[in-house]
Amino acid sequence: MSQEEMLGWRSIPIGSVIPEPATAKKYKTGDWRVFKPVIDLDKCIGCLLCWIYCPDASIQQSNGKVKVNYDYCKGCGICAEECPVKAIAMMEEA
Amino acid sequence: MEVKPMKVIGLSGDQVAAYAAKQCRVDVVSAYPITPQTIIVEEYSNYVANGEVDTEFICVESEHSAMSACIGASLTGARVFTATSSQGLALMHEMLYIASGLRCPIVMCVVNRALSAPINIHCDHSDMMGSRDCGWIQIFAENAQEVYDWVIQAFKLAEDIDVLLPVAVNLDGFTISHALEDIRVLEDDVVGKFLPERRTVYKLDPDDPILVGPLVLPDYYFEFKVQQEEAMKKAAEKIREVAREYYGYSNREYGPIDSFNVDDANTALVGMGSTAGMLRAVARKLKERGRRVAVIKPWLYRPFPKEDFVKLVKDMESIIVLDRTLSFGAPVGPLCSDVIATLYESGRCDIKVANAIYGLGGRDLTPVEAENLFMKAVKMAEEKRVIRRVEFVGVRE
Repeated sequence: MSQEEMLGWRSIPIGSVIPEPATAKKYKTGDWRVFKPVIDLDKCIGCLLCWIYCPDASIQQSNGKVKVNYDYCKGCGICAEECPVKAIAMMEEA
Repeated sequence: MEVKPMKVIGLSGDQVAAYAAKQCRVDVVSAYPITPQTIIVEEYSNYVANGEVDTEFICVESEHSAMSACIGASLTGARVFTATSSQGLALMHEMLYIASGLRCPIVMCVVNRALSAPINIHCDHSDMMGSRDCGWIQIFAENAQEVYDWVIQAFKLAEDIDVLLPVAVNLDGFTISHALEDIRVLEDDVVGKFLPERRTVYKLDPDDPILVGPLVLPDYYFEFKVQQEEAMKKAAEKIREVAREYYGYSNREYGPIDSFNVDDANTALVGMGSTAGMLRAVARKLKERGRRVAVIKPWLYRPFPKEDFVKLVKDMESIIVLDRTLSFGAPVGPLCSDVIATLYESGRCDIKVANAIYGLGGRDLTPVEAENLFMKAVKMAEEKRVIRRVEFVGVRE
């Protein structure tokens, strides 16, 4: 999450209370990532093994293949490890 | 406002703490007995047993659990009171930070007692000073009357929506806790008027769920801590409003800091708790002999009343700060450290400051020793130098 999107102390709920449900969706954890999975769609066979293995549900189905939701992907690399055709490369974040 | 003649009752400092909590219509008390605090919860459990109060008294197996239960209760919107001393406060230590971090306006009497080892049951301030940075507002009372008045004011301050911080009302073990005094008490309905029902921003309520106590990582933790610090700053302002309103009901004047003879002095002793009363008596005697000496007694230790302090010492040339605790390996004791930092920040580095560590493990500071300290301060002013930065008063070599 960019610094601009993050709230300051004046705006956050008092005492670290989370006053409403389903806020995990708003908490974008993608910036924890050091290595970023990049999918080569030419190699991808759409087997969905990465979609099954992703512990954070950050692989999404897209036109018979897959794409990564970088808002939540923490860059664990399980998708790249499991891909049977080595279509996913882990690239260091800029 | 016309203040009616007040009822006077004879109670010890501990008893009056319980009496004040009763008048504050506390919803929950959870506590564990420890000398010299025990009488407070003993007295309060009597009120519960006799049906004099509508309070849930939660018996627990330790102070850690006592504070945990207080936090849980406070989060539901209840008004919560507890009390402890020494090892009990030390055992609560980690929960103290949770109470302040979750912004629970709990009021706790800390009956100051030395920490082990060697084991000792008598007064010094090492218990509270050990938890100095726990995010609680900290008040030190001089006598049982002040304990009564501060417990009632503490709830008002703690529960203020702009503050929402727990408050520790400190009273010296035995010297205040077990000494019987004539206390002027307010009528129950007057306390009720001064301290209405607690209001909340958030509370645990099954019909309107919230999440309390989430994991907060480097991206937000710091912001929550600054939020607490801002609440502390607010408390420093609000305590004046609270004291002003309380004066209207009680005719007794409180505030962040108390003083004696500052307008007619060039040297002062600074001390907290019961010691201040004796210092004032000695200062009065010295004043009659023509000495220009003052006593400054912070009621409020956290937040430290910086601005008020600087105003009070504007004419001072020397100060001796009395710390009833020893911060091992530190340049000076904690109160003296705050005083020096405050003076430095306000550009008053010209004032000569020395530190007296006294009264550890309940050793009395005698009037003769106090007089010697005043005369040392006078000499420091005359000679424009600090004489022995840190002195251990009355210790045998």
